Amino acid sequence: MLGLSPETTMLAAVVLPFIGAIAIAFLHRSPNLREAATLVTAVLLAALVWSLAGPVMAGARPDVALIEVVPGLPLAFKVEPLGLMFALVASTLWIVNSIYSIGYMRAHDEPRQTTFYVCFAIALGSAVGLAFSRNLFTLFLFYELLTLSTYPLVTHNGDRKALIGGRIYLMLLIGSSMVLLLPAIIVTAFLSGTTEFTAGGILPKGLDATIVGLLLALYAFGIGKAALMPLHFWLPSAMVAPTPVSALLHAVAVVKAGVFTVLKVVIYVFGVETLTAGGARDWLVYFASATLIAASLVALTRQNLKARLAYSTVSQLSYVVLAAAIATSSSLIGGGMHIVMHAAGKITLFFCAGAIYVAAHKTEIGELDGIGRRMPVTMAAFFIASLSIIGLPPFGGVWSKWLIGAGALDAGFAFVVGVLMVSSLLNVAYLLPIVGRAFFLPPKPDDHDVHGEAPLACLIPIVITATLCLVLFFAAGTIEELLRPLVTARPG
Amino acid sequence: MSALESQLPILQVIVPLVGAVLVALMRGGRSAWAVALVITWTMPVISILLMRKVLATGPISYHLGGWAPPIGIEYRVDLLAAFVLVLVSVVGAALMPFARRSVASEIDGDKQVWFYTMYLLCLAGLLGITITADAFNLFVFLEISSLATYVLIALGRDRRALLAAYQYLIMGTIGATFYVIGVGLLYLVTGSLNIYDIASRLADPAMQNPRPVMAALAFIVVGISLKLALFPLHVWLPGAYAHAPSFASAFLAGTATKVAIYVLIRFAFSVFGVAISFETLPLTEVLVVLSLAAMFIASIIAVFETNLKRMLAYSSLGQVGYITLGIALANTQGLTGGIVHLLNHALMKTALFMALGAIAYRLGSVKLDAIAGIGRRMPWTMAVFVLGGMALVGVPGTAGFVSKWYLAIGAVEKGWWPLVFAILISSLIAVVYVGRVVEVAWFREPSPAVEKCTDPPLSMLIPMLVLTAATIYFGIDTEASAGMALKAAETLLGGLK
Repeated sequence: MLGLSPETTMLAAVVLPFIGAIAIAFLHRSPNLREAATLVTAVLLAALVWSLAGPVMAGARPDVALIEVVPGLPLAFKVEPLGLMFALVASTLWIVNSIYSIGYMRAHDEPRQTTFYVCFAIALGSAVGLAFSRNLFTLFLFYELLTLSTYPLVTHNGDRKALIGGRIYLMLLIGSSMVLLLPAIIVTAFLSGTTEFTAGGILPKGLDATIVGLLLALYAFGIGKAALMPLHFWLPSAMVAPTPVSALLHAVAVVKAGVFTVLKVVIYVFGVETLTAGGARDWLVYFASATLIAASLVALTRQNLKARLAYSTVSQLSYVVLAAAIATSSSLIGGGMHIVMHAAGKITLFFCAGAIYVAAHKTEIGELDGIGRRMPVTMAAFFIASLSIIGLPPFGGVWSKWLIGAGALDAGFAFVVGVLMVSSLLNVAYLLPIVGRAFFLPPKPDDHDVHGEAPLACLIPIVITATLCLVLFFAAGTIEELLRPLVTARPG
Repeated sequence: MSALESQLPILQVIVPLVGAVLVALMRGGRSAWAVALVITWTMPVISILLMRKVLATGPISYHLGGWAPPIGIEYRVDLLAAFVLVLVSVVGAALMPFARRSVASEIDGDKQVWFYTMYLLCLAGLLGITITADAFNLFVFLEISSLATYVLIALGRDRRALLAAYQYLIMGTIGATFYVIGVGLLYLVTGSLNIYDIASRLADPAMQNPRPVMAALAFIVVGISLKLALFPLHVWLPGAYAHAPSFASAFLAGTATKVAIYVLIRFAFSVFGVAISFETLPLTEVLVVLSLAAMFIASIIAVFETNLKRMLAYSSLGQVGYITLGIALANTQGLTGGIVHLLNHALMKTALFMALGAIAYRLGSVKLDAIAGIGRRMPWTMAVFVLGGMALVGVPGTAGFVSKWYLAIGAVEKGWWPLVFAILISSLIAVVYVGRVVEVAWFREPSPAVEKCTDPPLSMLIPMLVLTAATIYFGIDTEASAGMALKAAETLLGGLK
């Protein structure tokens, strides 16, 4: 498409959002033009990324090294299936999210909207850069840029709560990446003499299982964005951000960047053989399972809607970490697929939470009695997305859970199937009562708010992403086909 | 041209020296500034020409007055010297456009002429220290630069500047005295003052262990450590940086300590050699402990400072710790990290001090409480501050990351894993002290005084933007920074081991 070679397309996709950010900054005097710049950038980005899909599925691997920063550490990009999938998710949902942002920010008459859109574009650029990174160094660069560019978004409200939330956000994410992830990268570079992602892994074969396990721990906890307990606190704190930020960044781009990195490291740095030899990864299977259940239990106790969704995200992210730790063919594909499935479901839930806030100014679950009568479309979408998160057909979430469960059985972790089942029940327990309240309980007697649905700019995205949950149920085969080379490609 | 070219080493020093006299003859601040501008802008031209020549044909040796060493004074430009010459001259030149308004607003009219005179003298001294290969001549330049520095600091508006200058005078003099005692001992043993001559005589196996050599090393290291503000010999520095005029703080932070570190590297590696410095005497152990103390203690103090210039001063002490850590590692990667951080830290810290200078120019204060809400009033200035802060943290994509990567690899090669974590954990302290400024500058309501502030004029803004851009550039393309440092480190380690 556009007559560009895949290499040029790839670089253009990384650079475009940053150019968009500059354009948005320059158009700060005219909100309409500024928002147009966001939309145009988002659409162009998605077009660029989608145009890579064909070549990559046909086996192309666009690859460009720009400059050697330190000998052995080039700034380099390469598109492979997992990265492409992540970039597709982020860039496509950015279009939808931009429409939603415009509705939300205007309905709310939020201050500092230019900063908001600029940072958003930079964050998306970082996510795409991270998705297309060819080595750990490039990935780390965009990983940190993603943290820094989202800090102003988390603290957008500018009040005391935002300040504290921002502190936790920055210290946990920068802290974990500097103190654990960077040493892990240094160790990797030292042991293997490279940080290039390579099929089959780059760590020398025959490494002691204890060392592999320790290195895995540095990665698993160092990638704080994956929100493995006990380094998950930043995610609930980040919920002080405006809802569009929570929706795209803290349900999709930022957190998925975390689990994407975990998958990437497992597949291309450790390699399945090194990881599973001597049970080096067993501890992570247990740890991720524990986070999975514990976060769901915490979600049950949260009465603030966004906080509950945040803990739900923590739990859902652990699915991917769990899939990575199990490291069988189907679990890895399932983990990759879960990035897509959960993204569609969770962004819908956050959109709904934001719509409720815009239309009714409600944030607590206890206030939602009977709201389904006033906002039927919103709450119907909430219901659909909940079913997808729970993992019921005919919605996308069922496939990824299925594959992860199947992979766990292959690897002999039968208990994981139990964990998945318990988790699904917990999902039911913390999501469906909200829907039940909204539709079946009468409004509180003192609730005299007169409101309808949120503005159309908020409502349309909700409908689109809810529909996506359904579409993905049927598209799972294509995703599976895209991700298949991850587990079949031989080293070399 | 070729006749002039052969005289480049002496021109590097003599031009600012003569320029200082010219400036002293000027009648007003503006004309003094104009002359100083012309003089300082020739400095990078000369130093870059020297650098090119060194890269093309190897080290340059220049005999002053045609007297051959070891009797005569030799100027010698090798890769490391050229690297530091470029650093000092570029920082000195880049600062000059900034100087005009900043100096005019902080120093009384009749004193501005003296300020620029002292500035050029200081520059001449620093360049001279770097270029000379004569240990006693080095002492002379050390004194020239130090005396000029005392005056630069004392010209600060605040009366406490006098006390700070006095404190530095005492400490600096002790340091210089220690240095000259060390050089005297070396002369006693080797009968030479030429650095390379001394080195070749010390390389004699019989010379590896005599007591005067050990004492000389100890005196020189302690003396120079005072000048480079190695923890705990740093007490003069925070006051000096905090109370000096903004321009002087920016200049000193970028150059003075860097040149002192250069002298330490020169003596540890080129004169005494790795065998004496690191094997006979435990310089590694001493420096590692003191560097770690600097990295942690000074950085933690920075977190609690409310005067931002003082905060940056403590931050500098911590950053000096990274450089001395690189020296202590005494392997190629570690030393490369140390040397490249000379440059990287000079760029980022000069830009940061300039940002504070711009705030002082508009607001008159650099207290943390006073700058509440300034983020939206002076967005470009604060952007410089935030980017400089990120470089201090060592965020990838900034120059700070490159330095820390080399240091960490240097530590790994020695098998000192805990040191890797120490380097990275200490970086996090910078997140705290930079983050604190960000919170105050953006999250608090501006006071009426801040409300009126705007970004400074372009003449002040452009220099800081240029240095900030350089900080980013050297985080991506490191051919000219780390590439040079690597070659310099290889020469230092390979030559005399």
